[in-house]
Amino acid sequence: MSSNWVEVCAADDIDEEDVIRFDHQGRTFAVYRSPDDEYFATDGLCTHEQIHLADGLVMDDIIECPKHNGRFNYKTGQAKGAPVCVNLRTYPVKVEAGSVFIAIS
Amino acid sequence: MTHIVIVGAGECGARAAFALRERGFDGEITLIGSEPHLPYERPPLSKEGLAGAEPPKYVAGAERYQAARISVITDVPVEVIERKRKFVKLAGGRAIQYDRLLLATGARPRVFEACENAERIRMLRTHADALAIRALLAPGRKVAIVGGGFIGLELAATARRLGAAVVLVEGLPRVLSRGVPEEIAAVVAERHWREGVEIVCGARIAAIEADDNAARVLFADGGSVDADLVVVGIGAIPNTDVAAAAGLLIENGIAVDETLRTSDPDIFAAGDCCSFPLTHYGGRRVRLEAWRNAQDQGTLVAANLMGANEPFASVPWFWSDQYDLTLQIAGLADNAETTVRRDLGDGAFILFHLDGEGRLIAASGIGRGNAVARDIRLAEMLIAARSRPDPAALSSPETKLKKLLAA
Repeated sequence: MSSNWVEVCAADDIDEEDVIRFDHQGRTFAVYRSPDDEYFATDGLCTHEQIHLADGLVMDDIIECPKHNGRFNYKTGQAKGAPVCVNLRTYPVKVEAGSVFIAIS
Repeated sequence: MTHIVIVGAGECGARAAFALRERGFDGEITLIGSEPHLPYERPPLSKEGLAGAEPPKYVAGAERYQAARISVITDVPVEVIERKRKFVKLAGGRAIQYDRLLLATGARPRVFEACENAERIRMLRTHADALAIRALLAPGRKVAIVGGGFIGLELAATARRLGAAVVLVEGLPRVLSRGVPEEIAAVVAERHWREGVEIVCGARIAAIEADDNAARVLFADGGSVDADLVVVGIGAIPNTDVAAAAGLLIENGIAVDETLRTSDPDIFAAGDCCSFPLTHYGGRRVRLEAWRNAQDQGTLVAANLMGANEPFASVPWFWSDQYDLTLQIAGLADNAETTVRRDLGDGAFILFHLDGEGRLIAASGIGRGNAVARDIRLAEMLIAARSRPDPAALSSPETKLKKLLAA
């Protein structure tokens, strides 16, 4: 499997316990900074309806969809109950020289 | 083996059935609905579901009911609850024994009295209703919508998207007068006006008529509006007939306590059909017609059907989509004394409603897409925490609401 590391933004561009939307080559991702200052990335759209998760609320390790409050663990992609039942895909993330990169396979 | 029977196969009944299994209930579950479909989501019926004339958006596929061992009976109304011997009787005579019963019977559209029963006069509640309305919406057609609530306005936006001309008739002085602040209703009305919807407020309707080819709204002052189709969206009334006939307490809906239990200890009710005491608002009795409430009560009532005895403590939450605008409301604003506005840019804003003691009791927002969603969600949490946030902080978009929550 080949992965491309793609630069997302400066590490400081994402607040702690927050999320931003990142669009790249026709795909959309959500990139997170956890309360303990780690970075994560998932697909950008909720698996229930096509809603951008980056408009939602991050609480601890949960992202909540802004439309119907579907919840996922953004570290693992796991769906946390109705109305979502399909997990989110996650992507590797690294921080180098103050920038956030995600690996898009 | 314990048998839990759920009457009403909508969002709430289906959610409760799955939540029972998620909590480890191992007995029998039977879900009974009067429509021919498996449970589906109703919110799309006035929006993209109508525009696309799609099949219903199912809450879950048949295989998930099978995997969760939920027996689903569709297309059969329940006609009788026999409480002494603990069974329900279906149309056609079949009886089903229960140990615990959940009534999630929903609501039905309020009927306009001076209204003929005709093909071209419609109401919107079911997938079948949506298809019938969709068939008459096209460029060159005209629809008259009676009622300026969420259903009427969402339908107006969808009809415009499909190219039909729209006249919307509201009896009160403005649209969305129930539960939506005037400032936000004005944004909605202005947008409809720009999209070409004619809105007539303060109208007194004398009658609605139709023949095979046309429909007409007649006003008390002698005027009228001709259209290809009239859709009446003037609110909903809870489906309580079977519960009332069984002697359950009814109070603007099937009356339940804070654990969603009816006046019969083995029978619970949840969703649009029930009225319940609202914890965060001094226990005042309300009935909510909302998707989220159906979900939340369905989840909680599952726990209580299994004996958890937990109070329902959610904050009411509603949304509406019209064009690219989304409106969201958390809480109930009617006892507000002060309102604080927070502008989020691109025309989006939120109104925070505080009571006489400075407690946040509601927040209403509107904007494009999900512009207001995150702050409304945080407001909901502030309301639940009975917080008294500093009004200056609420009005300043630089102050993160999350910080107020932590304070």
